[in-house]
Amino acid sequence: MAKKTLKTAAKPLTKTSNKTAENGHQEAPHTETALAVQKTYKLYIGGKFPRTESGRFFKVNDPDGKLVANMCRASRKDFRNAVVAARKAFGGWAGRTAYNRGQIIYRIAEMLEGRRAQFEAELVQLGSDPKSAAQEVQAAIDRLIYYAGWADKYQQVFSSVNPVASSHFNFSVQEPTGVVAVFAPEEPGLLGLVSSIIPAITGGNTVVVLASEKFPTCAITFGEVLQVSDVPGGVVNLLTGHQKELLSHFSTHMDVNAMIYCGNDPQISITLQTSSADNLKRTVLYPDTDWMTASGASPYFILDTQETKTTWHPVGK
Amino acid sequence: MPAISGKMEFDTAWSYAPAPENADHIVLKKRYELFITGKFVKPQSGKYFETLNPATGKPLAKVAEGSEADIDKAVKAARKAYTNHWSKLPAKERGKYIFRLARMIQERAREFAVIESLDGGKAIRESKGVDIPLAAAHFFYYAGWADKLNYAFPNTNPSSLGVAGQIIPWNFPLLMAAWKLAPALATGNTVVLKPAETTPLTAMKLAELIQDCDFPPGVVNIVTGAGATGAALVNHPDVDKIAFTGSTEVGKLIRRATAGTQKKITLELGGKAANIIFEDAPLDQAVEGIINGIYFNQGHVCCAGSRLLVQESVKEVIIRKLKDRMETLIVGDPLDKNTDIGAINSQQQLATIEAYLKLGQAEGAEMFQSSCPVPQNGGYWVRPTLFLNASQSHRIVQEEIFGPVLAVQSFRTVDEAVKKANNTHYGLSAGVWTDKGSKIFQMTQKMRAGVIWANTYNKFDPTAPFGGYKESGFGREGGLHGLMPYLKM
Repeated sequence: MAKKTLKTAAKPLTKTSNKTAENGHQEAPHTETALAVQKTYKLYIGGKFPRTESGRFFKVNDPDGKLVANMCRASRKDFRNAVVAARKAFGGWAGRTAYNRGQIIYRIAEMLEGRRAQFEAELVQLGSDPKSAAQEVQAAIDRLIYYAGWADKYQQVFSSVNPVASSHFNFSVQEPTGVVAVFAPEEPGLLGLVSSIIPAITGGNTVVVLASEKFPTCAITFGEVLQVSDVPGGVVNLLTGHQKELLSHFSTHMDVNAMIYCGNDPQISITLQTSSADNLKRTVLYPDTDWMTASGASPYFILDTQETKTTWHPVGK
Repeated sequence: MPAISGKMEFDTAWSYAPAPENADHIVLKKRYELFITGKFVKPQSGKYFETLNPATGKPLAKVAEGSEADIDKAVKAARKAYTNHWSKLPAKERGKYIFRLARMIQERAREFAVIESLDGGKAIRESKGVDIPLAAAHFFYYAGWADKLNYAFPNTNPSSLGVAGQIIPWNFPLLMAAWKLAPALATGNTVVLKPAETTPLTAMKLAELIQDCDFPPGVVNIVTGAGATGAALVNHPDVDKIAFTGSTEVGKLIRRATAGTQKKITLELGGKAANIIFEDAPLDQAVEGIINGIYFNQGHVCCAGSRLLVQESVKEVIIRKLKDRMETLIVGDPLDKNTDIGAINSQQQLATIEAYLKLGQAEGAEMFQSSCPVPQNGGYWVRPTLFLNASQSHRIVQEEIFGPVLAVQSFRTVDEAVKKANNTHYGLSAGVWTDKGSKIFQMTQKMRAGVIWANTYNKFDPTAPFGGYKESGFGREGGLHGLMPYLKM
């Protein structure tokens, strides 16, 4: 990613943010007279923004080493709370009509469109160059629209009526696997997050996501977008923290049905697949997907967190 | 509300004369070798084990015990066949081999059925009517896919994986071989197959057919043996795909063993299916469905309807009808055409089932067994059994018994039925009985299971995807969806 932060990057943040900073961070360099009001980045669980119960944090700095935010360092307990929220939301979300899910995902795109500048600024602040940040936000919006359109179509592509050799009506449909835990891609921070979780929720799953460690701020801001997009609380739960610390908590949790890992650390893949055996989580690995290109979007990403259900009924008088 | 009628009549005044299937035409070798590179070869260890007839406890033949070295040889043969022949063959020609195999199984269906019953203990009625015809149909179905894969998954340009290692169980020996081999071969993979140790004979017969069909040597290799042989296959570094049908316990071991490797895996594991009877169900049909659900194949069925959930208002009548019907079931010689319940597959499985019978009673459930006679001849038998007053936390409700043992619970509301049905780690199958269409769809949607039978049970077809949710495994076998686990997309 790019090298130099633009000083102006902080500006749009102060203007568009509607969150009140509750902690006094040190002052950002500023050309205006009014002191910038910085945002406290918290977690997004069950439709609310709680701090981590652990009280721990990790620093995120800009490329010059200047503090951008003290991010919540999510704990096992935070993760478990998020899974409870995700499980609670699952039945309702899976039970929504496909049309309704599609509209809600479209609504996320609408909200993101209006906050374009804020997301670009957050990406630039953490080292992205302005041009690629703009491209990334545009791609994230497009990806949301893409999956919004899939919501009521993938079922028709992947279902089947099966011509069994007996007097039965037989069909197979796709159903969401349940609660999906996700290690989002490290980069691109926003587009990777969108690309790894939207297929799962398009398909009716609920997700608990560990955001990029490098670009965590835009993930939490994306939570704000979700909150005002009619996405029911608990459908998407966003954590920030360390992959290595949370890996075994994610992969051993007995009420998580699947786990997606977007990365290529072989040790993480081994640990994930080994401990996922406890309850036979579906493990989905995307080690080298290029999220910036068209190869980072297809209905097969939706299919990766679907189950096939076959139903039989006799035909007769 | 259904009327509560009197005792069901089954013409039980008639007694059945023995009607044994003729087994004269069956030729079994004394000893079966491994099938590698299209030839029958001795195991490197020189070791053999016996496969028994579970209806008599007497040996049928000796079978080679494949070791790690034999597995290695078989995988090398499969790799060579993949690289040199199978992956280069035009897809339609690949399909023709598989069609040919399907036809040859049909031609020799009677022989396969008898051997299946001899080696595995299942009633000949089922071997002849279910196992063997479905196995042939499975090859026929997938044969036709070989040159049509581009139509299966749009925009993916799918290709084969390479060498598939496949491990199959003892409950449907030939059928499971077909479920594994047919999609793997049709998608252009070569195979090393490990049959179950107690039922290797039809797989070895199948090897003879594969020779007769002139498959290129090494496209299908069959290595017999027990757990260690399977483990060697799972751990072999040059295997691209593992497909396993068996217990959840072993499935988890396989998941761990293949963690972090490039091996694709599919697991078809255990189940503890709820068979749910509503008060508005056609009750007599439902009773037949319960019987077929749990006593089919001695209850050695991963998708067996082993938990009966019956609505309280009809509980009494259902239980009475069920007991009456159980009394008519004939337990005995698998080769007798009148037999409903054959022999338990092995002494080990018999011990497992008997332990659960004791456990169920110790847990406080009330056991009922049919009073039918069972042969006293050294074979392995269990009478059809049910447990009343079973509760959700009982181990006989939570754990897979894999025998003719039904746990009965009741419910009042639809929501309670759904909650109880879904309250296990498994999610393979479920059954629903009601005459109300909207309720059927409500129930079939809410059940977290991969196969749902509504007003029927234990039906299978090559075109119908089969496989589980949750700890019943992942991946599907059968249908278009059954191609996916064998393709790179």
